[in-house]
Order: sequence, then structure tokens, then C-alpha cells
Amino acid sequence: MLVDVHAHFYHARTPRADWRERNTSRLRAGDRIGITTHVASILGTWGQSSPTYFPSTADVQTGNDALLGLIHEHRTKIRGYVTVNPNYTAHALGEITRCLAAGMIGIKLAASRRANDRLLDPVCELARERGVPVLHHVWQHRRRDWPGQEASDAVELVALARRHPAVAFILAHIGGGGEWGHSLAAVRDVANVYVDLSGSGVDSGMLEACVDEVGVERLLWGCDLTMDTGWAKLRYLERLLAPGALAQVQWQNAARIFPRGAFSSD
Amino acid sequence: MRIDVNAFLGAYPYRPVPGTAPEAICRAMDRTGIDEAWVSYLPGVFWHVPTDGNERLYETTKTEPRLKPVPAVHPGLPGWEAWLGEAADRGAPAVRCDPGHYGLDPVGPEMRVLAAACSAARMPLMLAVRLEDARQRHPNDRAPELPAAAVRALVRADADLRLVVTHADRAFVEEVHFGSTPDEAARVWWDITWLWGPPEDHLPTLVAALGAERFVFGTGQPLRLPEASVAKLELLEVAADARAAIESGNARLGLAA
Repeated sequence: MLVDVHAHFYHARTPRADWRERNTSRLRAGDRIGITTHVASILGTWGQSSPTYFPSTADVQTGNDALLGLIHEHRTKIRGYVTVNPNYTAHALGEITRCLAAGMIGIKLAASRRANDRLLDPVCELARERGVPVLHHVWQHRRRDWPGQEASDAVELVALARRHPAVAFILAHIGGGGEWGHSLAAVRDVANVYVDLSGSGVDSGMLEACVDEVGVERLLWGCDLTMDTGWAKLRYLERLLAPGALAQVQWQNAARIFPRGAFSSD
Repeated sequence: MRIDVNAFLGAYPYRPVPGTAPEAICRAMDRTGIDEAWVSYLPGVFWHVPTDGNERLYETTKTEPRLKPVPAVHPGLPGWEAWLGEAADRGAPAVRCDPGHYGLDPVGPEMRVLAAACSAARMPLMLAVRLEDARQRHPNDRAPELPAAAVRALVRADADLRLVVTHADRAFVEEVHFGSTPDEAARVWWDITWLWGPPEDHLPTLVAALGAERFVFGTGQPLRLPEASVAKLELLEVAADARAAIESGNARLGLAA
């Protein structure tokens, strides 16, 4: 069993005219890699009618609806995170309630608001009530603001995680750019923060550092957009880890933090 | 047959990197089915006199025939022409120059003279766009990335110059390729290390648009896991001959011509 905890898909109202082909190619690549479940999110309209990381409420809903459609179409393959913009608290809480009821299994917070901001507390409180994890977009060691997003780094995510110790937080794409060593040091002793291994970065030494600093029991395999690099890291882990530890990273840790029954055979 | 044209030996100054010794590179090659690697001496990129690493490179590659030396040439140093001659004598498949790290204008007079000399020696010149993702560079790692305009200018500077450009992304490749005449574009080979593979469409689109003959297999190891380039080629849906050309044919035939 192999769970990709950080997947994305497209839909008709995104800038990609080839959205259907891209979705198909992602599923085809997933079959080749051996992915049993893609846990996906859609960030609004991916910039078409509001910014990817600052989606309007209408676009949040459009993206979530599109993902629900894909989940319905690929029941055994695709599961979903509800994407929300926490600047619109009431809408975010309503959207979480609606989409979890429709079968989604987690919450996606991207970069609309810094992770340590109190505005995220109601979202996390609802995550606790519903027993779902929160996948949080992270810039590994953000040294300044970058255009287009209010990115958080691991220190800010840790502040949120400490305020909500009963919620499992997934630090997004350790290989997604930035100084991953900084993030690993920040989350080392924070038991409710898990590290997703996705991202285009395939730095030598990064996976060993993840194992050493965080431990296999808090690592989650994933791809993000670049599934080739996800596959590369999986192949490397197959040699790095004993079979039991590998299974933890491949799916067992995910099965532990997502709602029971989220994956077909857990 | 799989040839990695983009590999390094030696330590990286900005973070600890495992597996930088020759025997570790060979183990990684065994692991990933790579038969031959063209290796540069990584510490030398950051030295005042990058060619000080060449002798070490030659000594190492002499004892490990699967590794082929790509020595450094710094056209701003006195007597640099001798290093180019030695590279030819030692059977190097290419020489490299990192103008951003050397403090040279990438289209300045030194680089133009180097381009002409490489052309006259029938020696491919290897240029790296970058070694590290801009988002994760050390605060003191400030060498400028190679601009696409520099590649266009160099390939225009001499009608016989052949370039191997490593660590370029899709936009860079497209800008150079479609900003060049067909004759110019046919003298540039692109390493696949920094190109997003399937299911993203960067590599498939480029291979379809430029032709498989323009690409060479590279990994950036040991800075990067070589598994990544292997995986992207395995996911690439192309004919067997096109795959073989990228994996080794273009490096063996196109670049060696």
C-alpha cells in the first residue's frame, strides 16, 4: 500500500487548458509508481480568477467541488483535503463541515495567512473535533516575504501545533524548496507535526536527515506536483529503510493520522 | 547504456553532502544503472584557481575508468590555454567553466575567447545554469546564475562551438532554443537534471518540440539523488530509440562528433 499524502489535480476553471490530460497523466504515473491513494487538494482555480495562495471564497468552493467530483469518479484512488482560506473564518468552517461530510479526510491550509496567526485557531479546533489532520504549506526557512503568498515556515507551524496538541499537522513538502535542515530542527521535538517528503527537491542527505531528526514514525511519503521526484525518493527509501520502517512511511503513519477507514485496506 | 554527463566529485561548501568520494559515486551508479559518469571537481568551482582541482580529478578518473574527467578551465587566468590542451590529451569528453562563480562576465571577452578555443580544439564546453535551487542557497552563496542570454551569445560567437548546458529548467531551454537559428540550436545539448519529468509536461513537451537528440542524461549527483533522473526517464513516454539517445547515444555520438 502506498499513500501519496500531497497530491494535486486540476479542473476546467484553471489556467491549464490540458487539465483533463494532466489529471489522467497523474493517475497513470501513480499506477506506474504503485500509488494506491492520492490524498489531494485543489487550491481554488490555481490562479485563474483569484490568486492560488489567496483564493476567493467562490474559488475555494469551486476547487473543493472539483475535487469532490474527482473523488466521486475515482473512489478507490483519490481522497481529499478541504482547502480553505482562513481569512474568511465562517466560510472556512462551513466549507470544512460541508466537504468532510461529503467524504474528504483532511484540511489544507496553504499560504493565505501565517501559520502562527490566531485566525487559524477555529480551523484547528474544528480539525480536532472532526479528527482530521491539517496539511500546511511551508516554505523551508523563509527569510523574507515572497510575492504571491503569505508563506509560513516550520517555526510558525510549530507555534500552531503547540496550541493544538491533539491535532496532527503535516509540514508540507520538505523537498519543496528552502533550507530543509531548519525545518527538521524546528519540528524535531514536536510530536504532532509530521513531515511530508514531497517536493521537487531531491537533495542527497535530506532523507537521511529526516529519518535521523524526525524519525520514521513521523514521516509521510508524498509527491506534490513532481511525481518523478516522489518516485525517486521512494526508491531511495526502499534501500535506506528496513521493510517495517518503509511501510510506516509508505502508508502506516498516514493511516494513523487520517480518519479510520480513509484508505481502502487500513 | 546510461551516461551521466552531470556528476561531481568532492565536497560542497554550503552543506554536508554524503557520497562525494569516487567509490561512493560508483556505488550510486551501480544502484541506479549508470554505466559512465562525467565528473567535475566540485570544490574547484569555488576556488580562486579552479584548475587546481584538475590534477586531482585526473588522478581519480585514471583509477576508475567509469568516471570521465570534465576539468575546469578559467579563461581569466594566465596560461589557461594549457588546461584546454591537457583536457584533450587526457581524453576529457568536455571542459567546464562556471563564469558566475569565477567572477567573470558570462558573455565577456574571456568567455568569448574560451568559446573560440573550445571550438578550435573540438572540445565541448559545459556550463551550469545553477548548482542549487535559489530558494535554498546559503546566504553567502551569491554567484549569479547563468543567464539564457549568455548561452545564446556564446553559441552565436563561434560557428563550431558545442555547448552542454546543465541544470536548466524548461523556460531557459525554450528561450535559448527558439532564440537561436536551427544551426545554433543543434550545437547545444541539454542535461535533464533540472527539468520536471512526467506527469508534469516539461520534459515531454521539450522532447517533442526540440527532438530527443538535444537532450542528455544527467543527475547532478551527488548533490542530488540520481534516482530522480532515472525516474523521469522511466515515466517519459517516448520511443525506445529516443530514450536510448537521451540515455547515452547523444553523449556518445552527438557530443563526441
